[in-house]
Amino acid sequence: MALLEVKDLQVRVEDREILHGLSLTVNPGEVHAIMGPNGSGKSTLSHVIAGKPGYEVTGGQILFRGEDLLEMAPDERAAKGVFLAFQYPVEIPGVATMNFLRTALNAQRKARGESEYSTPDFLKKVREVSKSLNIPQDMLKRGVNVGFSGGEKKRNEILQMALFEPSLCILDEMDSGLDIDALRIAADGVNALRSPERAMVVITHYQRLLNYIVPDYVHVMAKGSVVKTGGKELALQLEESGYAQFEDA
Amino acid sequence: MNVVLAKTDTGRAVSTSFALARERLPGSGKVAEQRQQAFEAFERAGLPHRRIEDWKYTDLRVLMREVLPLAAAPDTAALSRAEAALKLHAIEGTRRLVLVDGVFAAKLSDLGKGEKGLSVRTLREVLEAGDGELLASDNSNPMIALNTAMATDGVVIEIANGTVLEQPLHVVHVASTGTPAAMYTRSLLRLGRDASATLVESFVATEGAKAYQTYDSLIVSLGDNARLDHLRLVEDGLEAFNIASAAVTLGAHAQLNTFGMVSGASVSRYQPTIIFAGEGARVDTNGVNLIKGRQHADTTLFMDHAVPHCASREVFRAVIDDRAHSVFQGRIVVRPDAQKTDAKMMTRALLLSDEAEADNKPELEIFADDVTCGHGATTGALDESLLFYLRARGLPEKEAQALLIQAFVGEAIESIANDSLREHVIAAAQRWLEARA
Ligand SMILES: Nc1ncnc2c1ncn2[C@@H]1O[C@H](COP(=O)(O)OP(=O)(O)O)[C@@H](O)[C@H]1O
Ligand SMILES: [Mg+2]
Repeated sequence: MALLEVKDLQVRVEDREILHGLSLTVNPGEVHAIMGPNGSGKSTLSHVIAGKPGYEVTGGQILFRGEDLLEMAPDERAAKGVFLAFQYPVEIPGVATMNFLRTALNAQRKARGESEYSTPDFLKKVREVSKSLNIPQDMLKRGVNVGFSGGEKKRNEILQMALFEPSLCILDEMDSGLDIDALRIAADGVNALRSPERAMVVITHYQRLLNYIVPDYVHVMAKGSVVKTGGKELALQLEESGYAQFEDA
Repeated sequence: MNVVLAKTDTGRAVSTSFALARERLPGSGKVAEQRQQAFEAFERAGLPHRRIEDWKYTDLRVLMREVLPLAAAPDTAALSRAEAALKLHAIEGTRRLVLVDGVFAAKLSDLGKGEKGLSVRTLREVLEAGDGELLASDNSNPMIALNTAMATDGVVIEIANGTVLEQPLHVVHVASTGTPAAMYTRSLLRLGRDASATLVESFVATEGAKAYQTYDSLIVSLGDNARLDHLRLVEDGLEAFNIASAAVTLGAHAQLNTFGMVSGASVSRYQPTIIFAGEGARVDTNGVNLIKGRQHADTTLFMDHAVPHCASREVFRAVIDDRAHSVFQGRIVVRPDAQKTDAKMMTRALLLSDEAEADNKPELEIFADDVTCGHGATTGALDESLLFYLRARGLPEKEAQALLIQAFVGEAIESIANDSLREHVIAAAQRWLEARA
C-alpha cells in the first residue's frame, strides 16, 4: 500500500484557490523531491498534509496508509508518523527545548499506546542525535528556537525528526539560509534516516540540496499543480533551463 | 466639602452586624473609638461601586451586594475541618501560623521553639493590651475602614534587627464556616534593620465553606537593609469573596520581592500600597491570575516613589478562561524629590475564550525629571502558529495550550527566589492547567 496518496487535491486560502487538483503518490522507502518556483504552492501542500488550520480543502483527498488524513487532528497525524520540517520554524519563548522534545515524544507514544520513554533512555537518545547534528547541549536548554540562527533552527527540525522516527518526512526548504557546511550536516542527518520503511518528500527551490539528498523522483510544481515528474536527472535539467517554461505555460 | 451623612443600604445592613459583633471585637477605650470612626466612614460610603474611579472595574455593589455577618469563632468541628484542609495546602519546611474563620488557631500553628529574633503575637493580644497602632486606618478606602472596624484577629510578627530568619513563615487563612459569614483579619510583619525573612500567605477553604467573605489587611515595615520575600496565594473556594489590602513601607536599601497568584475566589480584590521611605530600596512585584468560570480578580497596586534612587518592577500575567474577568490597575507615582527612580511595569493578559475579559490600567504620574520609567500592556489570545507547531509535533490541543500558558506565566513565577516555594507555585499552576484539560 502507498504510504501517502494525494489525489486531485484542491485547496483554497481566503477564497483564492492555491492548489488546483494536485496528485502525488509516495511509497515506503522512496525519496521524492518537489521543486518549483516561489509561490507555486509547495508550502501550502506541506501545511495541508500536516493539518495546519486556515486552509480549505475544496476537493480531492489525502490518504496515509489508506486512512483519510484530512479527518485527523494535526497531533493525530504526528502520532501516525507524519512529520513536517518547517520552512520557517517558530520561536517559542519560555518552553525549554528539552522539555518540549520530551513532552512531544511522550505525547506521540501515548497516542500510539506505547509506554513513555524513561528519562535516561530519552536523554541518551537526545545526546546521540544532537551530537551527530552538531547541536550543542546548551542549545537544548534554551526556549524552542529562541535566539537560534537560521541553520540552528533547521538542525533542530532534523533533530526532532530523528527523535520522533516518523514514517513520512516532509522537508520544506530545509536548505534555505544554510551555508554549504551546515547544509552537509543537515543532509547527513536526513540521509541517516533513510530506510526501506520511511519515505521523504524534499521540497526545494534549488537543485543544490539534491546533490546531498539524492531523490528517486523529482516533481516539478508550478501554479498549484504538478506539471512534470521524472527521475533525479530532471533536477539537473531544471538547473539549466529554469522554471520559466512551466510558469508561462 | 459635601459630607454625605445619610446611611447607604449596605451601610445600614452592616451596622446591625457591627452592633452585634462589637462585644466580640478585641480592644476597648481608644481602640474601640478607632473602630467606631472607621465604621462610620464605611457606613457613609457603603460598598464601593463603579462610579468611584478606583473601583470602576470592580463594582462591589453588583458583585458582592452585601456584607455578611461576622463568622462565629470556630468550634472544635470547624477546627478539625481546618486541620484537614491544612494538610492539602501545607508547604514543607515552613513555620505555620493559622487563622481559622478570622481567629488565630494556636493548636494548628507552630509556636514551639521560635528562632532567635522572632516574635509572634496575635492581634487580639495586642489590641486587648490597648495598643491601637495597628488599627490606624486609611478610612478614605471604605474596604480598609471596614476591616479596621471589624478586625477580629491576626498575627503580629516582629523580627529583630539583624535577624536572618531561616524558616519561611506561612500564614494560612482557613475559611471553615458552614454558614455564609464574613471574617476579618489584620496582620503585621515588621523586619528590623538588616533582617530578612520569607512570608507566605495562603487563603484556603475547608470543603464545607462556600459563600464566605474574607477581609484581610497586612501591614509590612522593612527596616534599612532588610529583605522580605513574600508569596501570596489566593486559593479560596470558588464562591468566596476575598477583599484585601497591604501597606508596605521600605527603609533605605531594603528589598521586597513579592509574588502573588490568584486561582481561587469568586471575586477578589487586592490593594497593595508600597511606599519607598528610604533611598536605594528595590521592589519586585510579580503576579499571576489563573481564572475561569465567572471569577473576577482585581489587583490594584499603588507604588509610591517618595525618595530618590529606588527601583520598582512589576510583572503581571493574567490567564483568563470562560467568562472570567481580570483587572490590573497599577499606579506609580514618582514624587518631585525622587530623582533617579527606575520604575517599570509590564502587564500581559492571555484570553482563552471569546468571553474572557481583561482590564489593564497603568498610570504613571511622574513629578521628577531624572527618572527611567515605563510601562507596557498587551492583551491577546494564544498564538495560533505556536499552537500549530506544537500540535504538529504530537501535542493534543489542551496540552499544547498548557505548555504555552506555562511559558506565559513562567516569567512571573521565575521571580520566586526560594526553590521549594517556586516548585510549590509551579505545581499549583500545573494543577490548574490539568483541571482545564
Ligand atoms: N495564508 C495565506 N493567505 C493568503 N495567501 C497565501 C497564504 N499562504 C500562501 N498563500 C499564497 O499561496 C501561494 C502559494 O504559496 P506557498 O505555498 O507558500 O508557495 P511556495 O512554498 O511554493 O513558495 C502564494 O501565491 C501565496 O501568496
Ligand atoms: Mg514555501
